[in-house]
Amino acid sequence: MANEQESMSAILLEQTDRLLGEQVTKEIISKAEEGQWPEALWKAVEESGLTLAMVPEDAGGVGVEAADALRLVRRSAFHAVPLPMAETLLAQSLWVSAGGEAVEGAMTLAPCNPVDRIGIAADGNGFRLSGTARRVPWGGKAGHVLVLATDAKGASHLALVPQGKAKVSARRNLAFEARDTLVFDGVTVPASAVRAAPEAVAGEGMLILGAQVRTQQMIGAMERCLDFAIAYANERVQFGRPIGKFQAVQHMLAVAAGHFAAATAAADAAIEAHGSRDAELAVAVAKSRAGEAAGEVAAISHQVFAAMGFTQEHPLHFSTRRLWSWRDEFGADAFWQERIGRLVCANGGDSLWPLLTGT
Amino acid sequence: MLGFRFDSLQLPAHAEETRKRVRAFLDKERKAGTFVPHRCSWNTFDPEFSKRAGAAGFLGMTWPKKYGGHELKMLDRFVMTEEMLAAGAPCGAHWIADRQTGNQILRHGSERARELILPKIARGECYTGIGMSEPNSGSDLAAVKTRAVKVDGGWKINGSKIWTSNAHRAHYIIALVRTEAATEKRHEGMTQFIIDLKSPGVTVRPIRNMSGEEEFNEVFFQDYFVADDMMVGGLGEGWNMVTGELVFERSGPDRFLSDYRLLTELIDRVGKNPGERQAVEIGRLVSHLSALRRMSTSIAGMMERGENPLVQAALVKDIGTSFEREIPEIARKLVAVEASLDDPDDRFAETLSATMLYAPAFTLRGGTREILRGMIARGLGLR
Ligand SMILES: Cc1cc2nc3c(=O)[nH]c(=O)nc-3n(C[C@H](O)[C@H](O)[C@H](O)COP(=O)(O)OP(=O)(O)OC[C@H]3O[C@@H](n4cnc5c(N)ncnc54)[C@H](O)[C@@H]3O)c2cc1C
Repeated sequence: MANEQESMSAILLEQTDRLLGEQVTKEIISKAEEGQWPEALWKAVEESGLTLAMVPEDAGGVGVEAADALRLVRRSAFHAVPLPMAETLLAQSLWVSAGGEAVEGAMTLAPCNPVDRIGIAADGNGFRLSGTARRVPWGGKAGHVLVLATDAKGASHLALVPQGKAKVSARRNLAFEARDTLVFDGVTVPASAVRAAPEAVAGEGMLILGAQVRTQQMIGAMERCLDFAIAYANERVQFGRPIGKFQAVQHMLAVAAGHFAAATAAADAAIEAHGSRDAELAVAVAKSRAGEAAGEVAAISHQVFAAMGFTQEHPLHFSTRRLWSWRDEFGADAFWQERIGRLVCANGGDSLWPLLTGT
Repeated sequence: MLGFRFDSLQLPAHAEETRKRVRAFLDKERKAGTFVPHRCSWNTFDPEFSKRAGAAGFLGMTWPKKYGGHELKMLDRFVMTEEMLAAGAPCGAHWIADRQTGNQILRHGSERARELILPKIARGECYTGIGMSEPNSGSDLAAVKTRAVKVDGGWKINGSKIWTSNAHRAHYIIALVRTEAATEKRHEGMTQFIIDLKSPGVTVRPIRNMSGEEEFNEVFFQDYFVADDMMVGGLGEGWNMVTGELVFERSGPDRFLSDYRLLTELIDRVGKNPGERQAVEIGRLVSHLSALRRMSTSIAGMMERGENPLVQAALVKDIGTSFEREIPEIARKLVAVEASLDDPDDRFAETLSATMLYAPAFTLRGGTREILRGMIARGLGLR
C-alpha cells in the first residue's frame, strides 16, 4: 500500500513535469503577464487532475497525500506556471474537507494576511459577507473565491463566492501575477455555499498554509534559476573559456547552491510537519530560510547572466520576479523571523536545543 | 537538477534513546559542576571529562566491542556529538580521536594498531591529531614534502608538520608523508603513518595562537622510525585516505555548533521581551541553524548507508562555518556590551570575547572556505 502510494505520486510528479515542461512556454507566460488568461493551459492542467490532487478519490479527486501535493506545487513553480494552480489545489481540498463538492474551474483563497478580516452574518436563507481582502492571488480572475469569514461569535466559516460578487481592484505583484483587492460589500451567498471552516484554516491557518505553499514555490523557482545559471556558466565563453571556469563565478554559484540546499532542507521539514502541531514553527523556519535564500539566488543568477539576464527575451526573470514576490507574500522573512525570535527568547537559551531536536 | 541531494531522514528510535542517555550523563556532569558550559566546546581540552565520557560509553560508539567500541550506529554517534556540543561540554581532548583518527585506524590500520590504540581512545585516555599541513603545503595538500624512506622493518621519516592541533598534549597523530619523490602525478606516492608523539625523533613545539593560547604546534621529524604496521591504508594510498576522511571531518555538527553557547547566551541576555530587531536577528539565526542541523543529519544518514557524500559535506561546512562566524558579529550588534577579557562574571561578555578571538579559524581549519567552494562548484558541474 505504501509502495503503491509512493509510485503513484512519483508517476504524478513525472507527468506533471512533462506536461508543464511542454506546455508552459515563454509565450504563454508572457501573454499571461499581459493579462491574457491561458485557457488552453488551464484546461490541460485541470484535465490532468492536478487541481484536484488533494481531493479524495471518492469525491472525484486524485487523493494524493498533502506532502505529495506540496511537491507538485514545487515543481509547478519550477516551470513558472502562470496560473492559480496551487491556490486551486488548496481551495478544492479545503472546500471538500469542509463538506462541499469539488468545483469546476480555477479557485483562490481570501483573506491572505492576518490583518484583513471578512465578517459573516445570517441574512434571510443565506449569509452576508462584508470586509476587504487585499492582495488576493488571482482574486479577480479565479472562478470562485473561497472566503474564510468570522461570525460575531468568533467562529470561522468557509464561504464559496463566485467571481463577480466582490468588487475587484486589480493589483499585481512583481511577476505580474494578479494580487487583487476584493471588497465584500454585503455580498450575499446561499446557505449551501457556507460551511464550518476546517481546523486547518481557522485562526491563522490560512496564513500558515499560504506560507507553506509560497515556500515550496520558492524552492522550485530557485532550482530553475540555478539550472539556468549553471548551464549558462558552462556555455558562455569570455577570455577564451567558459565563465564557469573563473573562480569568482564558481564561488558565487557555490554560495547560491548553499542557500538553495539549506532552504530545501527547511522546506522538506515543513512538508513533513504539514498538518502536525509542529507545522507553525517548521513553516516559520522554512519561509524565513527560503525567503532569505530567494534574494541571494536571484541576485547571483542575474550576476552570472549579466546583460542577457536583464532582457525580456531571456526567461530568467520569470523565476527571479516570482522569487522577489513570493518571499514577501504570506509574511516576509522578517515577519516569520521575528516570530521565531520571540518564541525562542520567551523560553530562554536552554530551551532552544530541545525545541530544535523536538525533544 | 543539482548534482547532489540531501535525503530526508527521521532519526530512528535507538538514536533518540542515545540522546536520552547522553542528556542524563550531561545533567549529572552539570550538577557536579564539572564544566563551565559557556566555552567553545570542542576546543576545550579536558582529559578528565574525556575519561568520564569514555566510561559512560560515548566514545568509539560505532566500533566493534573487541576494540572497546559499542557497536552502535553512526546516527547514535551523531546524536551524541550534537548533544555534547549543544551542552558546551569540554570535548577537545578526545574530539579528533573519536571523530577521525579512530575510524581511520579501524578501517585502514593494522591489527596491532587497532588493538594498541582503539581501546584507549574508547576509554577516553588517548588523544590524537591530524598531521596534514606543512609550512609550504596548506590548501595545496599534495605539496607535502615530509619524506619517509624504507628501512628494515619500517620507515624513517624526516621533515615537519605545522598547525597540528593538540600535538603537545596528544599521544599520536596520523601524518601524510611522501613515500616516493613527487612526480607529475602529484597525488601519487603519499602514504599515511601513525606517529607516536612520545617517541624519539619527534619534537613538538607549540605555536601560540592570537588569543595567547597554545593549541596548535609544529612537529619535527628527525630520523623518526615508524614500524611497517603503523601504516594506515596501503603504500601510496595517502591521498585516497585523506580525501576519504574529509567527509567525517566536514559534515558533523562541529561545523555549525562551535559557538552555539554564544547564541544561547545571547538569547538569555536579550531577555524574554526582545526588541523587534533582536527578535528578527535571533529568529534568523535559528532558521539557519535548523536547516543546517537537518542537512548534517541527512549526511550522517547517507554515511550510515555507506555513501560518501563529499560535496554535501563541503557544502555543510561552508555554510555551517559561515553561520558560526556570523553569531559574534550579530551578537555585538544586538547587545551593547564591550567584549571584555576581564569580566569572568559576565558570561555573555566573556563568551563573546572568547568567540571573537577564535572566529577567524572557523572558516580556515579543516579546509578553507575558498577550497570548499571550489569543491561545491565542481559538484554543481561547473567545468
Ligand atoms: C585553528 C587551526 C587549527 C588547525 N589544525 C590543523 C591540524 O590539526 N592539522 C593540520 O594538518 N592542519 C591544521 N590547520 C591548518 C589548516 O588546515 C590550514 O590552515 C588550511 O588548510 C589552509 O592552509 P594555509 O593556512 O596554509 O593557507 P593557504 O593555503 O596558504 O591559503 C591562504 C589563503 O589563500 C586561499 N587559497 C589558497 N589556495 C586557493 C585556491 N586554489 N583558490 C582560492 N583560494 C585559495 C585560502 O583560501 C586562504 O584564504 C589548522 C588551522 C587552524 C587555523
